[in-house]
Amino acid sequence: MSNEATLHSQQEVMHGAAAHGHGHDDHEHHHEGGFISKYVFSMDHKTIAKQFLITGILWAIVGAFFSVLFRLQLGFPDTSFPWLESILGHWAKGGHISPEAYYALVTMHGTILVFFVLTAGLSGTFSNLLIPLQVGARDMASPFMNMLSYWFFFMASCVMMCSLFVQTGPASGGWTSYPPLSALGDASIGSKIGMDLWLTSMALFVVSQLLGGLNYISTILNMRTKGMSMTKLPLTIWSFFFTAVLGVLSFPVLLSGFILLLFDRHAGTSFYLSELFVAGKALSNEGGSAILYQHLFWFLGHPEVYIIILPAMGMVSEILAVNARKPIFGYLAMVGSMFAIAILAFLVWAHHMFVTGLNPFLGAFFVLLTLLIAVPSAIKVFNWITTIWRGNIRFTPGMLFSIGFVSTFISGGLTGIWLGNSSIDIHLHDTYFVIAHFHIVMGVSAFFGTFAGVYHWFPKMFGRYLNNTLSYIHFWITLLGAYLIFWPMHYEGMAGMPRRYYDYSNWESFKQFGDLNHFISIVVIIVFAAQLMFVFNFFYSIFKGRKLTTTNPWSSTTLEWTTPINPGHGNWPGEIPEVYRWPYDYSKDGVDFIPQTVPLSKDEEAAGGH
Amino acid sequence: MQAMSVQRNKIHPHKYSLWIAMGSITMMFIGFTSAYVVKRAQANWFTFQLPMIFWISTAIILSSSFTVQMAVKQFRNRHMQRYKQLITLTAVLGVAFAVCQWIGFMQMNAMGLPLNGPASVSFIYVIVSVHLLHVLGGVVALLIMFGRAFRTRVRTYSPVPIEVAATYWHFVDALWIYLLIFLSIAR
Ligand code: HEM
Ligand SMILES: [Cu+2]
Repeated sequence: MSNEATLHSQQEVMHGAAAHGHGHDDHEHHHEGGFISKYVFSMDHKTIAKQFLITGILWAIVGAFFSVLFRLQLGFPDTSFPWLESILGHWAKGGHISPEAYYALVTMHGTILVFFVLTAGLSGTFSNLLIPLQVGARDMASPFMNMLSYWFFFMASCVMMCSLFVQTGPASGGWTSYPPLSALGDASIGSKIGMDLWLTSMALFVVSQLLGGLNYISTILNMRTKGMSMTKLPLTIWSFFFTAVLGVLSFPVLLSGFILLLFDRHAGTSFYLSELFVAGKALSNEGGSAILYQHLFWFLGHPEVYIIILPAMGMVSEILAVNARKPIFGYLAMVGSMFAIAILAFLVWAHHMFVTGLNPFLGAFFVLLTLLIAVPSAIKVFNWITTIWRGNIRFTPGMLFSIGFVSTFISGGLTGIWLGNSSIDIHLHDTYFVIAHFHIVMGVSAFFGTFAGVYHWFPKMFGRYLNNTLSYIHFWITLLGAYLIFWPMHYEGMAGMPRRYYDYSNWESFKQFGDLNHFISIVVIIVFAAQLMFVFNFFYSIFKGRKLTTTNPWSSTTLEWTTPINPGHGNWPGEIPEVYRWPYDYSKDGVDFIPQTVPLSKDEEAAGGH
Repeated sequence: MQAMSVQRNKIHPHKYSLWIAMGSITMMFIGFTSAYVVKRAQANWFTFQLPMIFWISTAIILSSSFTVQMAVKQFRNRHMQRYKQLITLTAVLGVAFAVCQWIGFMQMNAMGLPLNGPASVSFIYVIVSVHLLHVLGGVVALLIMFGRAFRTRVRTYSPVPIEVAATYWHFVDALWIYLLIFLSIAR
């Protein structure tokens, strides 16, 4: 026994092993730990993963429902919906969403989806589930900190949820919360207590991310099983690793920006404020700079978008290889391009600030660095396509969503190249073109990655399958719907239609888009319904889905499928398996797949092995 | 029924996590100091002298690094009495550091440099107090070590917790010295 930490968890681990050695069903019996320590304050990474996933799903429903509400305003500005008044009260007098409510909904939609769903829900779920299982570890480096990570996220969720119900409403200055609007309580009702709750919640959220990230990194670097060298890691693990590094380095900077903002709000400092008039009165604040906040925010903000997309990229790489029955094309190029993306992610933040009066000379550098990101992105796309090229493809729901991911990542990435040119961005900045760009490349793609991951690893999580028919319906509606919603927004953006406006029908130049907005809103409602169907499928299948009869349903090479169907805390009864080969030995020498735990044959060793 | 084998580890996981956490905290202060640099490059930057007491607090925190290091040594040699004295001394020095920083704030305030004054002044308050919070976190960690040393029922022989605490302590010390040099040069 090498150290205290293992001792720490050892008792519980042994316990789990004893209870599950006989292949009992995880859900049907309780061992001494009791309900609370098993399902609520659990330190088992698999349970924590499920907690992140289910919390994320609940938030996704809320966030998506908010978008349905504000799309009603955008698509039907003249129609009254009396039922809105019954759920929103004075925020929707006469069945019309008020401007204040509209901004609150848009802000909360962005905050919830970017941070709570696609950051916590996505990497929280899959990093937790897959890191120990795929590197061959009993649990995370510090299971306790890992548990804290979830509970900080939970507290952040509670605070954010409360902010929806305060009298002056939640924060409503956009998900980026730029000052001076966010710094001055008198500037809008959303900048009052709602903004404080937003900042509190986000601070808790940052703590949660840091605790999680620390664990992910030290588990990956430090707790791999015997034989699992870094180059034998599945690409999922590499992607979680880079994600965690990005988070650990960039979230603290965001926190420092928030701290300065809190001081400006409550201590009378002027970091971000200068020469302002509110309601006709001059404020005493002098000498601050609102642009400073934008630098601090986007220094996180840009890495954040990669924090969202990298885990999806990793999972998609894995799922594409498994279901094409082919090794991933260019493993090292995949790792290298993720590395390049992680480095470049820190060097491009000012492309969000081309029109803030940024020195054009500096801007030129940021254009160059931004366009450079297209290179590793293109390498990845090329490798995904070559991986499935002439493969023996099995169109499982996970595979379909992975292919969908590649498609949306290409469409959305291409528009990034337009935006990355500062001279074009002067026209396109803050228009629907940007909305279309980042919803396709980040929002839809990351959701596709998440869905792919859920469909693929659901059997590992719950020992049951999701319903296939519902899954296929879900996929096709979501894919078509996503393009129908966001593709037209490019045209609106090119015509100059600004984002974040409450009502476009008063503008001569945007009246032409009335019908289009109408159409988009209808598709939004259909797509939302399809997501509810997925949620139903998810919860129904946890209890009633078809049971797994084999430990390795997808004939996959990686370690998570060597655990029992419902693994206990500690994952493997007996020894942790040893690893001899890389995770992508599919269709090698006429063999369908060779698990990582199979030693190299004589011939392979002679050939240098992998 | 099979027994489970033990987890393989290269470095102690808590030490590992600490190093990453220190990287993360450093990034936060890089955030603050970059904001400071950006702000300083803009018009109307106001300069002033830092209160002398910040140099006294520097001496205090430097000496506490020595005491904590000696505490680790005594722990390894199982001189528990000395060990307890040394971590107490370190914690007291930590509190003295906090008091000095507080006096520094009072002096600045008295010199007509309040928190809501020019941004260059506000920055000092914010940066120094966020750093101070990290020092106080270290004091709490030492108090926990202290409590553990008095437990009779469970004895601890692992030096890992005190090593982790000492590394953190050196880190906040070094961080302060960086901040002080930064704030005195980049005025
Ligand atoms: C080929 C690579 C990409 C390039 C060159 C690029 C470029 C840009 C530029 C220049 C903007 C600023 C537009 C403006 O506000 O005027 C932007 C916005 C944005 N991009 Fe990208 N992008 C790329 C890929 C991505 C990826 C992969 C993601 C996420 C996974 C992403 C997420 C976002 C988001 C969220 C915004 C908007 C943030 C906001 O203003 O609310 N982009 N992109
Ligand atoms: Cu960006």
